[in-house]
Formats: sequence, structure tokens, C-alpha cells
Amino acid sequence: MADTVNQDAATPAVGVAFADAVERIRRSSEYVVIPLLALIAAGLLFSIFLLALGHSPITFFSLLWRGGFGTEFSWQNTLVRAAPLILTALCVAIPARLGLTIIGGEGALVLGGFSAAVIAIPLVTASAPNYIVLPIMLVVATGVGAFWIGLVGMLRHYRGINETIASLLMSYIAIAIMNFFVEGALRDPGNPNKPSTLPIGDANMIGNVPGLGVHWGLPAGIVVAVALWVLMNRTTFGFAARVTGGNVRAARAQGLPVGKLMVTACAIAGACAGLAGFFEVAAIQGKANASLAAGYGFTGILVAFLARQNPIAIVPVAIFLGGIAAAGGLIQRRMGMPDATVQVLQGLMFVVLLVSETLYGRFAFFRPRGDKR
Amino acid sequence: MSAFTVSRRTLLKSAAIGSLGLTTGLLTRGSAQAAGDLTIGIIYVGSRDDFGWNQAHAVAAKALAAVPGVKVVEEENVPETIAVAKTMESMIELDGANLIFATSFGYYAPFMVDTAKKYPDVQFRHAAPLWKDGDPKNAGSYFGYLDQAHYIDGVAAGLSTKSNKLGFVAAKPISSVLSNINSFTLGARKVNPNATVQVIFTGDWSLPVREAEATNALIDAGCDVITCHVDSPKTVIQNAEAKGAKTCGHNASQAALAPKGFITGAEYKWETIYKQYADTLAKGGELPNFISGGYDVDFVQNTPYGAGATPEAIAAADAAKADLRAKKAYYVGPLKDNTGKEVIAAGVEHAPYDPWIDNINFLVEGVVGSIT
Repeated sequence: MADTVNQDAATPAVGVAFADAVERIRRSSEYVVIPLLALIAAGLLFSIFLLALGHSPITFFSLLWRGGFGTEFSWQNTLVRAAPLILTALCVAIPARLGLTIIGGEGALVLGGFSAAVIAIPLVTASAPNYIVLPIMLVVATGVGAFWIGLVGMLRHYRGINETIASLLMSYIAIAIMNFFVEGALRDPGNPNKPSTLPIGDANMIGNVPGLGVHWGLPAGIVVAVALWVLMNRTTFGFAARVTGGNVRAARAQGLPVGKLMVTACAIAGACAGLAGFFEVAAIQGKANASLAAGYGFTGILVAFLARQNPIAIVPVAIFLGGIAAAGGLIQRRMGMPDATVQVLQGLMFVVLLVSETLYGRFAFFRPRGDKR
Repeated sequence: MSAFTVSRRTLLKSAAIGSLGLTTGLLTRGSAQAAGDLTIGIIYVGSRDDFGWNQAHAVAAKALAAVPGVKVVEEENVPETIAVAKTMESMIELDGANLIFATSFGYYAPFMVDTAKKYPDVQFRHAAPLWKDGDPKNAGSYFGYLDQAHYIDGVAAGLSTKSNKLGFVAAKPISSVLSNINSFTLGARKVNPNATVQVIFTGDWSLPVREAEATNALIDAGCDVITCHVDSPKTVIQNAEAKGAKTCGHNASQAALAPKGFITGAEYKWETIYKQYADTLAKGGELPNFISGGYDVDFVQNTPYGAGATPEAIAAADAAKADLRAKKAYYVGPLKDNTGKEVIAAGVEHAPYDPWIDNINFLVEGVVGSIT
């Protein structure tokens, strides 16, 4: 021990800080290098698939770049598609930190968007100004989303019902509830062939971020992602949640309120999905109809897993998948390949990334100094 | 990669000043295009080979692509969300499209309307009767009155049935579906007053499992001719054929799916409209904002008769086609709905294209089933 102390004393303080920083970067780079290698491996596997079909992988990947990121328009296209994915991925990632696998974000999105559109109807009829209508819609959408997934957390904690199955089945119930009302009591009579709620009106639509051509759901998603990263990594709530995710019995033994943590995390998750629904209605559709169930909730699962349930990492991953979706059309048009092509690529990436999970901790380079495992 | 030599700024500028030919030439690797060529973008909500709505458009797209000077770019499985707005923009920005066909109902508002406002030099046309005064002038609607072709189906079915019970698998009880059920029924009962049509609503446009169940239920209830109005009639037609029932098609040709029992089918003929548009633009003319039509203008057609059609059915259906080409009415009073309420008084008739037909919200007498 005495030796170590002497060594440290001999090194200048700045040097220590620098060496520490290098050490930290070296160790955390594992979380960037392994997913990148996995993506490259998936790309190579996909190239074999393309070659087997007689298509050029070079053309494919250059179109992927062009359609997703190559021009200013492509960036817009990508970001618009990424916006809802950030929020629906957060709906998966937050409960995942507690060891809960929630896959029913689609339901919270649909019900959130639907209830926002519904609460707007009496307000619009009373010609309330948009600075009243929009906040109320926002609160209702996130509240309903929080309730919906919070219910899943309660079912899990109080009744021991598997949250994965419950959330998935509840998303079908949510879609059915919306369809029931949209095609019945709340149907806009002026829109006979596509059942929808009454429009919220142009005055109540949230426009685009000036100069970006993308609606406000994108910055909102980024802000929420950062806030939730802070919550999960820099607060006692986050710490307790992670302990619960690590070992629920140990957490109970420590006296942590496991049930409360689970329900709260699920409610936060549902609020994120509900927020995505709010933006679908207030920034894009202007009304609620079957198009709300566009599958964002399910793509969000993929995003969250690729981001390894890290709220900050969700942002670039959502943009990456948004880019693939944006380029999908161009690839269809230029290469004459079916729409399923990019889904094959996404599926390959998902599988390879899941397999790559086993690589963590296996490379000596990323281990702390002195770890001679 | 020459594709990457265009900077973003150049791309935007060239698109903005409308030199789309140049942009396309640079972006379409190796296939430089002459100025004045027409690039048409067609967007489908489902798969192009769905034996239904999308396939009907894809068949027309193929015919259109064969026209000299026309290049067709297609994208399938585009949902009715912001994705379709971005697909239209992508076709314009990256492929240089100067005419867009948006073929799904929910593409229109707000997506096509907003995109049309953003790109005033590009023409947009949508496959449903939605365009109205005040909408962008570079947008428009085209539509075919498929109920007329369903009427022909009904005439042929009415004389091809033995049990006098016809079955109809329908998606949703909305006007466009109801008018097809009614036309089919009116056609059948015109030639066979004993015929009834039993209808089952599945609740959505594409629910293959429920469509199969509905088909089986109708056949079990004694129906020996089955037709449908769902996005893809494939499930219905295949199941009916397998159970020995005769079938009438919908949207596109399903003749290949039912070699034994196919009678005929109600088909759109989008090709007529698409070629008219291409022709007008090639001559430098302006596209109409709203066109619709049926048999008399060749916007709809019936699939060639299959093995299920009896000779009497063929004769009667051919005669009915001639009537439609002459715009003869088949909504003729006195007519009751299936609850016994009079919907057309004696002496009144609604000829094809009467707006009255577009707003039908009842089922005619002879239909077994209910809207609610």
C-alpha cells in the first residue's frame, strides 16, 4: 500500500486526471466499439443476402446513404421519421432498467393521441385559443399514456401478471378502443370514408421547428431523452431503479419500494409514448384515426434494444433507423426491390446486436487496468 | 460515385428552379434523361401484388411505363402518415418526379394537400373523389365508379346461382362499400327477383383471418356465389373456390385464383386515366382537377367471364354493360331499403354519377345484414 501512495504522490495531479480520463474513455469505448462492429457484421451479412439476389451491395449502401443522410432533404426525411421513435423507444428503455420488458408502447401512443384529439373537440367548439387547447391536449395525452402503461406495471406488481404479454395485449385493446369510438360515437360526419375524429383545426396545429422542416416532436424527444438519462443515472430514483433491475430480491432486502418504482417507471414510459401520440395528432394528422397505429411503438422496441436501453443513445439510434426507413423508399424505387428489403436489414442488425451482447467483458483492452481475468 | 458529386445546395437550387430534368440526370446514375420527359411517381399503401386495390394501380403503372418518354417510379407499403408526405418529396427531390399518383384514401389530407402547396410546379393526383374548390390547383382527384362494375357482377351472379343466396364479405359500412353492395344486389335482383345477398362486415380493410371466417360462414349459410369489398380479395376468392362456391372479384383480376368458379369481377381501369394524364402533359396541356367516371368512359371494367358464368349470365351481363355505357339508371324507384323504408319514390330514378349515389347510407331491399 505504501508503494502505491508514494507513486501517486510522485505523479503531477494534471497527469493523473488525464490518465484517468483516458482510462475512462478506453473502458467506456466498449459500448461504442462492440455495437459498431456488430453493425458492420450485419452489413456484411446483408451484402451476402444482396449478392445472392443479384443486387450490388455498393449500390444499396450508397442509396441508403443518399436517401437517409446524403442531402438536406434526406436529413429532414430521416429526422421526421426518427421523432416518434425516440419517444416510443424511451417507453421501452425506462422500464427495462428495472428489468421490465414493455412492448406495448403502441397502445399508449394510440390512446394518448386519441384522447388528445377527443379532449380538443369541446375546446375547439368553444373556440378556446391554442395556448389553452395545446397544453390541455399535452397533459391529457401524457396522462392517459402514463395510466395505460402504469396499469401494466400495477398488474405486474400486484397481480404478478407478465408485463410483456400484458402490455402487448393491452396495445390491441387500446387500438380497439380508439377504432370503436372513431367509427362510432366520435366519428366526424364530414369524413364519411375514412373514419376520424373531428379535426383540431389549423390554429391548434403545432408547426415545424423554424428552418428545420421537422415538427417539434423531435426536440421534445431529445429533451425528454436527456432528462430521463439524468433521472436514471444521476438521481436516487434512478439508482434505486437500477438496483431493482439488477436484483429485485436484493432491492427488496435493502428496503427499496420496488412496487412503487415499477409503477412509476411504467407510468413515465407510458407518458413518453403518449407524448409521441400527442405529436402525431397535434403536429401531423390533426385528428385521430386508424393511422395513429402506424407501428412506431413496435419500431421503438428495436431502437431501445439497439441503444442498450440508454436514453441518450436512443437519440442517435432512432435517427439511424429513421434514416434507414427514409432511404427504404429510394431503394425500392431505384433497385426495384420490395419494401421488405430494409426490414431484412433491420432484422439482421437486431439479431447480430443481440448476439454481440455476449462479447461484453471479453476483450482485455476494455477492462480496467490490473484486471487479469 | 458520381451520385455524390452534387452538393446539397446545388441539389436544392436546381430543384427550386424547376430544372428537374438536370437533377434527375445527375442523380439517376448512368441514365441521363432528355428534357421534357415525364417522371411519374406512384405510391401504394400496400403490396403491389395484393390481388386487389394496389395491384389494380400497379397493373396500370406497368402499362404507363410502356409509354415512350414516361418513366415510372413506384413505392409500396407507404403508410397514411407523414411517411407518405416524405415519400412524395423524395420522389420529387431525388427522382425528379413531375406527376405524383397517391393511390390511398388517407394520403389526401393533410399529406398530399400540404406537399402540393410546397411544390407548386409538380402535379399531384389522388385516387378518391376528394378534391374541391380551394384545394391546390396543382392537385386533383380521379375516381372510377366501381359500383357500376359491381352491378354487372350482380347481374352475372344472379343468373349463375342455384341457391339464390349470394354472399358479400365487406370491410366497413361506409358509403363507397354500401353502394357496391347495393349495386350488386340490384343487379342480381333485376335478373333474378328471388336472389338475396347476405352481407358480413369484417370491420377493417385487411383482416384475412376474419375474411376467411366470413366466407366460410356465408357458404355454410347456403350462399353459392361469394363476392367482396376488402382491400385484397385473395383470401375470400381462394377460400370460396376451395369450398366449391362461385365467385365475383373486386378491384383487380382474381380470375387466376378461381379457375373453376370465377364468374366475373369488378375492376378499376386506372390505365385509361393514367394514360390520359400522361398524354395531356406530353402535349403541354393542363391536367383536370377532378375526373371521375364509370363504364361509359372506360374507367371501370369487368374481368373476362370465367368458368363459373352461365351462358344466360353472360348474355344478361353483356346487355347490362350496354345499358351502363348508355348511362341508364339502375337506382329506380320505387325502392325500399332492407328495413322496409322507402328510399326512392315511385317515378324517381338516380342515373349513374348522381351525387345521391355517393352518399348512400342504407342497404337496399334484398340485402340480409345491417349497417350497425
